[in-house]
Amino acid sequence: MSEPWEEEGPGTIKKFMYVNRKAPYGTIYALESLEVVLIAAAFEQDVSMAFLDDGVYQLKKGQDTKGIGQKNFSPTYRALEGYDVEKLYVEAESLADRGLSEDDLLVPVEVMSREALAELMNEQDVILSF
Amino acid sequence: MKYGILVNEGPYQHQASDTAYQFAKAVLDKGHELYRVFFYHDGVNNGTRFAVPPQDDRKIAELWSQMAEAHGTDLVICIAAAQRRGLLDEGEAKRQGKDGNNIAPGFRISGLGQLIEAGIQCDRLVVFGD
Repeated sequence: MSEPWEEEGPGTIKKFMYVNRKAPYGTIYALESLEVVLIAAAFEQDVSMAFLDDGVYQLKKGQDTKGIGQKNFSPTYRALEGYDVEKLYVEAESLADRGLSEDDLLVPVEVMSREALAELMNEQDVILSF
Repeated sequence: MKYGILVNEGPYQHQASDTAYQFAKAVLDKGHELYRVFFYHDGVNNGTRFAVPPQDDRKIAELWSQMAEAHGTDLVICIAAAQRRGLLDEGEAKRQGKDGNNIAPGFRISGLGQLIEAGIQCDRLVVFGD
Protein backbone atom coordinates (compact mmCIF):
# COMPACT_ATOMS: atom_id res chain seq x y z
CA MET A 1 0.00 0.00 0.00
CA SER A 2 1.41 3.38 -0.92
CA GLU A 3 1.64 6.15 1.63
CA PRO A 4 -0.54 9.23 1.06
CA TRP A 5 2.53 11.37 0.35
CA GLU A 6 3.51 9.12 -2.55
CA GLU A 7 0.35 9.85 -4.49
CA GLU A 8 0.92 13.53 -5.19
CA GLY A 9 1.50 14.53 -8.79
CA PRO A 10 2.34 17.94 -10.25
CA GLY A 11 -1.35 18.88 -10.42
CA THR A 12 -1.83 18.33 -6.70
CA ILE A 13 -4.17 20.68 -4.88
CA LYS A 14 -3.37 20.90 -1.21
CA LYS A 15 -5.16 22.53 1.66
CA PHE A 16 -3.10 25.52 2.79
CA MET A 17 -4.07 27.37 5.95
CA TYR A 18 -2.45 30.65 6.93
CA VAL A 19 -2.67 31.15 10.67
CA ASN A 20 -2.46 34.75 11.87
CA ARG A 21 -1.83 35.23 15.56
CA LYS A 22 -0.34 38.68 15.87
CA ALA A 23 -1.64 42.25 15.93
CA PRO A 24 -1.44 44.09 12.59
CA TYR A 25 1.16 46.60 13.78
CA GLY A 26 3.95 46.30 16.32
CA THR A 27 5.60 43.55 14.31
CA ILE A 28 5.71 42.86 10.58
CA TYR A 29 4.24 39.33 10.73
CA ALA A 30 0.70 40.30 9.69
CA LEU A 31 1.80 42.35 6.69
CA GLU A 32 4.28 39.76 5.44
CA SER A 33 1.76 36.97 6.00
CA LEU A 34 -0.65 38.82 3.75
CA GLU A 35 2.08 39.07 1.12
CA VAL A 36 2.46 35.29 1.18
CA VAL A 37 -1.28 34.77 0.79
CA LEU A 38 -1.45 37.11 -2.21
CA ILE A 39 1.47 35.39 -3.95
CA ALA A 40 0.11 31.95 -3.07
CA ALA A 41 -3.19 32.75 -4.79
CA ALA A 42 -1.47 32.26 -8.15
CA PHE A 43 -0.78 28.61 -7.28
CA GLU A 44 -4.47 27.64 -7.26
CA GLN A 45 -4.36 25.75 -4.01
CA ASP A 46 -7.20 25.33 -1.54
CA VAL A 47 -6.45 28.37 0.64
CA SER A 48 -7.92 29.49 3.94
CA MET A 49 -6.89 31.98 6.59
CA ALA A 50 -7.40 31.68 10.33
CA PHE A 51 -7.28 34.57 12.77
CA LEU A 52 -6.73 33.94 16.44
CA ASP A 53 -5.17 35.52 19.52
CA ASP A 54 -4.22 39.16 18.71
CA GLY A 55 -4.48 38.19 15.05
CA VAL A 56 -8.19 39.03 15.19
CA TYR A 57 -7.19 42.72 15.39
CA GLN A 58 -5.92 42.44 11.80
CA LEU A 59 -9.56 42.40 10.65
CA LYS A 60 -10.79 45.22 12.91
CA LYS A 61 -12.78 47.95 11.17
CA GLY A 62 -11.68 51.57 11.28
CA GLN A 63 -7.91 51.18 11.58
CA ASP A 64 -6.04 54.49 11.49
CA THR A 65 -2.26 54.31 11.35
CA LYS A 66 -1.42 57.99 10.80
CA GLY A 67 -0.06 58.33 14.31
CA ILE A 68 2.53 55.58 13.87
CA GLY A 69 3.74 56.57 10.40
CA GLN A 70 2.93 53.21 8.86
CA LYS A 71 0.76 52.28 5.93
CA ASN A 72 -2.72 51.06 6.83
CA PHE A 73 -2.85 47.77 4.95
CA SER A 74 -6.21 46.64 6.30
CA PRO A 75 -8.05 47.45 3.01
CA THR A 76 -6.04 44.59 1.47
CA TYR A 77 -8.14 42.08 3.42
CA ARG A 78 -11.15 43.33 1.46
CA ALA A 79 -9.31 42.59 -1.79
CA LEU A 80 -8.69 38.93 -0.86
CA GLU A 81 -11.99 37.89 -2.40
CA GLY A 82 -10.66 38.99 -5.80
CA TYR A 83 -7.80 36.52 -5.30
CA ASP A 84 -10.26 33.70 -4.58
CA VAL A 85 -9.28 33.71 -0.92
CA GLU A 86 -12.75 33.47 0.57
CA LYS A 87 -12.38 31.16 3.54
CA LEU A 88 -11.59 33.38 6.51
CA TYR A 89 -12.01 31.78 9.92
CA VAL A 90 -11.98 33.71 13.17
CA GLU A 91 -11.75 32.05 16.55
CA ALA A 92 -14.74 32.98 18.72
CA GLU A 93 -12.81 32.86 22.01
CA SER A 94 -10.15 35.27 20.72
CA LEU A 95 -12.84 37.76 19.68
CA ALA A 96 -14.69 37.47 22.98
CA ASP A 97 -11.50 37.82 25.05
CA ARG A 98 -10.88 41.16 23.34
CA GLY A 99 -14.44 42.46 23.60
CA LEU A 100 -14.95 42.17 19.85
CA SER A 101 -17.78 40.73 17.81
CA GLU A 102 -18.26 39.80 14.16
CA ASP A 103 -19.76 43.29 13.54
CA ASP A 104 -16.37 44.86 14.37
CA LEU A 105 -14.69 43.10 11.44
CA LEU A 106 -14.13 44.59 8.01
CA VAL A 107 -14.79 41.48 5.92
CA PRO A 108 -17.29 38.62 6.06
CA VAL A 109 -15.82 35.75 8.10
CA GLU A 110 -16.86 32.51 9.65
CA VAL A 111 -16.59 32.68 13.42
CA MET A 112 -15.93 29.30 14.97
CA SER A 113 -15.05 27.83 18.32
CA ARG A 114 -11.48 26.95 19.28
CA GLU A 115 -12.45 23.30 19.15
CA ALA A 116 -13.94 23.52 15.65
CA LEU A 117 -10.90 25.46 14.42
CA ALA A 118 -8.59 22.81 15.83
CA GLU A 119 -10.50 20.17 13.88
CA LEU A 120 -10.20 22.26 10.74
CA MET A 121 -6.44 22.58 11.30
CA ASN A 122 -6.22 18.79 11.50
CA GLU A 123 -7.66 18.54 7.99
CA GLN A 124 -4.98 20.78 6.45
CA ASP A 125 -2.01 19.61 4.40
CA VAL A 126 0.10 22.70 5.05
CA ILE A 127 -0.20 25.19 7.91
CA LEU A 128 1.86 28.36 7.77
CA SER A 129 1.78 30.13 11.08
CA PHE A 130 2.70 33.81 11.36
CA MET B 1 10.00 11.64 3.45
CA LYS B 2 10.46 14.92 1.68
CA TYR B 3 10.82 17.86 4.05
CA GLY B 4 10.66 21.62 3.60
CA ILE B 5 11.64 24.12 6.27
CA LEU B 6 10.53 27.70 6.86
CA VAL B 7 12.68 29.91 9.11
CA ASN B 8 10.86 33.04 10.27
CA GLU B 9 13.31 34.54 12.77
CA GLY B 10 16.75 36.10 12.64
CA PRO B 11 19.91 34.49 14.03
CA TYR B 12 21.07 35.00 17.66
CA GLN B 13 18.01 37.14 18.53
CA HIS B 14 15.85 34.03 18.42
CA GLN B 15 16.53 30.31 18.67
CA ALA B 16 14.35 29.43 15.66
CA SER B 17 17.27 29.32 13.25
CA ASP B 18 19.39 27.10 15.55
CA THR B 19 16.49 24.70 16.02
CA ALA B 20 15.73 24.70 12.30
CA TYR B 21 19.38 23.91 11.59
CA GLN B 22 19.41 21.02 14.08
CA PHE B 23 16.17 19.73 12.59
CA ALA B 24 17.56 20.01 9.04
CA LYS B 25 20.66 18.10 10.12
CA ALA B 26 18.50 15.35 11.63
CA VAL B 27 16.43 15.15 8.43
CA LEU B 28 19.61 14.58 6.40
CA ASP B 29 21.20 12.23 8.96
CA LYS B 30 18.11 10.02 8.90
CA GLY B 31 18.31 9.76 5.13
CA HIS B 32 15.26 11.88 4.32
CA GLU B 33 15.18 14.42 1.53
CA LEU B 34 15.49 18.10 2.43
CA TYR B 35 13.78 19.80 -0.48
CA ARG B 36 14.32 23.41 0.51
CA VAL B 37 14.93 25.79 3.42
CA PHE B 38 13.08 29.07 2.97
CA PHE B 39 14.02 32.15 4.98
CA TYR B 40 11.30 34.74 5.61
CA HIS B 41 10.63 37.74 7.89
CA ASP B 42 13.84 38.46 9.89
CA GLY B 43 14.88 34.92 8.96
CA VAL B 44 16.51 36.41 5.86
CA ASN B 45 19.26 37.72 8.15
CA ASN B 46 20.52 34.14 8.54
CA GLY B 47 21.99 34.53 5.07
CA THR B 48 24.44 37.40 5.57
CA ARG B 49 28.14 36.62 5.31
CA PHE B 50 28.93 39.87 7.16
CA ALA B 51 27.95 38.62 10.61
CA VAL B 52 30.91 38.37 13.00
CA PRO B 53 29.80 36.50 16.13
CA PRO B 54 32.22 36.17 19.09
CA GLN B 55 34.87 33.50 18.54
CA ASP B 56 33.46 31.07 21.08
CA ASP B 57 29.93 31.25 19.65
CA ARG B 58 28.38 29.22 16.84
CA LYS B 59 28.50 30.72 13.37
CA ILE B 60 24.95 30.32 12.18
CA ALA B 61 25.25 31.59 8.59
CA GLU B 62 28.39 29.51 8.10
CA LEU B 63 26.69 26.37 9.39
CA TRP B 64 23.92 26.78 6.82
CA SER B 65 26.48 27.47 4.09
CA GLN B 66 28.40 24.33 5.02
CA MET B 67 25.20 22.30 4.86
CA ALA B 68 24.50 23.66 1.37
CA GLU B 69 28.01 22.78 0.27
CA ALA B 70 27.96 19.27 1.71
CA HIS B 71 24.42 18.27 0.74
CA GLY B 72 23.40 20.67 -2.02
CA THR B 73 20.68 22.03 0.28
CA ASP B 74 18.57 24.68 -1.43
CA LEU B 75 18.71 27.76 0.84
CA VAL B 76 16.27 30.39 -0.42
CA ILE B 77 15.94 33.92 0.91
CA CYS B 78 12.69 35.75 0.21
CA ILE B 79 13.39 38.70 -2.06
CA ALA B 80 10.67 40.99 -0.68
CA ALA B 81 11.73 40.39 2.93
CA ALA B 82 15.41 40.71 1.96
CA GLN B 83 14.96 44.04 0.19
CA ARG B 84 13.39 45.57 3.30
CA ARG B 85 16.23 44.35 5.48
CA GLY B 86 19.26 45.08 3.31
CA LEU B 87 20.19 41.56 2.29
CA LEU B 88 21.49 41.55 -1.29
CA ASP B 89 23.22 39.31 -3.79
CA GLU B 90 25.31 40.66 -6.64
CA GLY B 91 22.43 40.92 -9.10
CA GLU B 92 20.12 42.64 -6.61
CA ALA B 93 22.84 45.11 -5.58
CA LYS B 94 23.31 46.08 -9.20
CA ARG B 95 19.60 46.36 -9.88
CA GLN B 96 19.00 48.52 -6.80
CA GLY B 97 22.11 50.65 -7.28
CA LYS B 98 23.71 49.54 -4.00
CA ASP B 99 27.47 49.52 -3.49
CA GLY B 100 27.90 45.98 -2.28
CA ASN B 101 26.29 42.66 -1.50
CA ASN B 102 26.30 40.52 1.63
CA ILE B 103 24.74 37.16 0.80
CA ALA B 104 26.52 34.11 2.22
CA PRO B 105 27.68 31.22 0.00
CA GLY B 106 25.05 28.60 -0.74
CA PHE B 107 22.11 30.97 -0.30
CA ARG B 108 20.07 32.36 -3.17
CA ILE B 109 17.46 35.09 -3.34
CA SER B 110 14.11 34.29 -4.90
CA GLY B 111 10.37 34.84 -4.56
CA LEU B 112 7.66 33.67 -2.19
CA GLY B 113 6.50 31.25 -4.86
CA GLN B 114 9.41 29.06 -3.77
CA LEU B 115 7.82 28.72 -0.33
CA ILE B 116 4.43 27.76 -1.75
CA GLU B 117 6.06 25.33 -4.14
CA ALA B 118 7.85 23.71 -1.20
CA GLY B 119 4.46 23.38 0.53
CA ILE B 120 3.06 21.64 -2.52
CA GLN B 121 6.04 19.38 -3.19
CA CYS B 122 7.00 18.34 0.34
CA ASP B 123 5.34 15.78 2.53
CA ARG B 124 5.97 18.05 5.51
CA LEU B 125 6.62 21.78 5.68
CA VAL B 126 7.94 22.62 9.13
CA VAL B 127 7.76 26.22 10.37
CA PHE B 128 10.31 27.59 12.86
CA GLY B 129 9.49 30.84 14.64
CA ASP B 130 7.06 32.31 17.15
